[in-house]
Amino acid sequence: MAQMNMKEAIRDAMRVELKKDPNVLVFGEDVGKVGGVFRATEGLQGEFGEDRVFDTPLAESAIAGLAVGMGIQGFRPVAEIQFVGFIYEALDQMFVQAARMRYRSGGRYNSPIVFRTPFGGGVKAAELHTDSLEGLAIQTPGIKVIVPSNPYDAKGLLISAIRDNDPVFFMEHLNLYHAFRADVPEEDYTVPIGKANIVREGSDVTIIAYGMMVHSAVKAADELEKTKGIKAEVIDLRTLLPLDIDTIVASIQKTNRAIVVQEAQKTSGAAAEIIAQINEKAILHLEAPVLRVAGPDTVYPFAQIEDAWLPSPARIITAVNKVLEF
Amino acid sequence: MTKVPYEVQTEPVTPLSILSPEGEIINPDLMPELSDDQLKEIMYRMVFTRTWDERAVNLGRQGRLGFYAPVSGQEASMVGSEYALKKEDFVCPGYRDMPQLVWHGLPLYQAFLYSRGHQHGGQIPEDVNVLMPQIIIGAQILHATGLGMAFKKRGEKRVAITYTGDGGSSEGDFYEGLNFAGVFKLPVIYAVQNNGYAITTPFAKQTAAPSIAHKAIAAGIKGVQVDGMDVLAVYKAVADAAERGRNGEGATLIEILTYRFRPHSMADDTTKYRTKDEEAEWALKDPLVRFGKFLEAKGLWSEEDSARVKEEAKATVNEHIKKAEATEKMTVVGLIDSMFETTPQHLEEQKADFE
Repeated sequence: MAQMNMKEAIRDAMRVELKKDPNVLVFGEDVGKVGGVFRATEGLQGEFGEDRVFDTPLAESAIAGLAVGMGIQGFRPVAEIQFVGFIYEALDQMFVQAARMRYRSGGRYNSPIVFRTPFGGGVKAAELHTDSLEGLAIQTPGIKVIVPSNPYDAKGLLISAIRDNDPVFFMEHLNLYHAFRADVPEEDYTVPIGKANIVREGSDVTIIAYGMMVHSAVKAADELEKTKGIKAEVIDLRTLLPLDIDTIVASIQKTNRAIVVQEAQKTSGAAAEIIAQINEKAILHLEAPVLRVAGPDTVYPFAQIEDAWLPSPARIITAVNKVLEF
Repeated sequence: MTKVPYEVQTEPVTPLSILSPEGEIINPDLMPELSDDQLKEIMYRMVFTRTWDERAVNLGRQGRLGFYAPVSGQEASMVGSEYALKKEDFVCPGYRDMPQLVWHGLPLYQAFLYSRGHQHGGQIPEDVNVLMPQIIIGAQILHATGLGMAFKKRGEKRVAITYTGDGGSSEGDFYEGLNFAGVFKLPVIYAVQNNGYAITTPFAKQTAAPSIAHKAIAAGIKGVQVDGMDVLAVYKAVADAAERGRNGEGATLIEILTYRFRPHSMADDTTKYRTKDEEAEWALKDPLVRFGKFLEAKGLWSEEDSARVKEEAKATVNEHIKKAEATEKMTVVGLIDSMFETTPQHLEEQKADFE
């Protein structure tokens, strides 16, 4: 076991896979020599060479399209889009070309690609660096969507994603890269795609979250227990598509109440889909409507007002109180 | 006074041409090495493609084909360019480029299934190196770039060729693909079939550049222009580009000047934007007529040969359209199972509604 932050764990996952499989390639803007703007690929070019880890010209569509072309020939590209707001440039290649390759060809071709991108607020970044765009991805048939919340999951999920024979959109929260260290095995291990994790057990209410919001949910749950004796169960989804609805339903069968927390703006997105599925599968177990805690439906806020905009533990506590008092 | 060269100079380009409209060799030095049998095979494929195109338009009118983009007039461009490739080379087509796929090995009935909107149309046989026709104009240019990168990394002596039209050269992906190929020195051939129109928009409204071939300058790759009604010139340009690619000399942009005798698609009306004079002028450049004259003068082809090939093409089209029509119908469950390698739970559950 080693102590790693999430960025180091992500780098370690790429290192493990570059070593294990000669078809794995890592590329993107500034990922080679300097090791990425967040150093998530630091040292990889030195260890594996320019042939395996390389910089590209500044063009997101071509980065993603290069991955699609190489994927057809059996390479396993790990392509980085420097910041989440720049995926719009690459949407056709990511969400149309890669996501539909297996279907369009009736299984003749596939796209074994991971598109890594940092996202997430709270770091006072410039415009279009921090938006939560997972909602676009989860309504795209053919792509899997992963959002890890801690170093252990990040490494295990990224290894799973690289080994998956279908395209994966892998979102790395900026605020979690260096937030804390945790035990991470140095060897190779996987965390299964599509399996949620109960990070805090409870019996009074279920809080469903992912990414940075897992940590806000745990803070809120700790506070609720300390001040009011309320036992909240916190589920870290880890994968948004495919969604682990069974873990959610099992928790609601126990707690009969739930809220969903997402950093993205409220309309559509992951929370709406999760609530729809709860309606279909667990409505008879609910004592109250399932509420959403989310950003308001504005453009992502200016850096100066980010903290007020982002869902906070206080807003999560308010929502929990509402469903308990319904 | 010496001119200070701070302004980029672009010389006009003259299209590569080997055959005169009368079918005479005007550039003997550039004549590619092709045996009599190969020359006859090229003619066979062009006549076959013309007949197939005529039949396809009729089948479309009868409702036996769906989406179809006519190709008549572009036979030299399509057949000549594909014939210059090897079987291991990879073709990334646009939506009009079905002939290149079929001559590269895709069974004709699968081309018909693609047109009819059947998934089996995209199930390319294992030994055929092509992608399905690309609807998003420009996307295929990046796939060819990625394939070129794969061939280079594996040290394989293969090239990828991709096709787009004159309108496609205005897309961002077009420039990005050429630029990546320049930076990484990739074995890719970017063939732009400039037929003068993108649906109704004439070439002059796509770009103020002197030619599409000039756009290679922006990417630092080789750019050439070729008479697209001259099959020998098209063959020569692509064969040269393929050789450069295999030798590690990088990518080539080839602008192929051609014309489609028919509408853009079955829903298009050319009378709204083209003149009869223009159409008549291009009809004189018909690639089949020009190459036919060349072969007839050499005693390699006759009117009877053309008639025979037409009958053969009609019979083949009939056979393959019947095979397409007899192909097992798709099911929604089958579509669901083709989304991922392993069907996830939510899709497994959705199958219940269709079983």
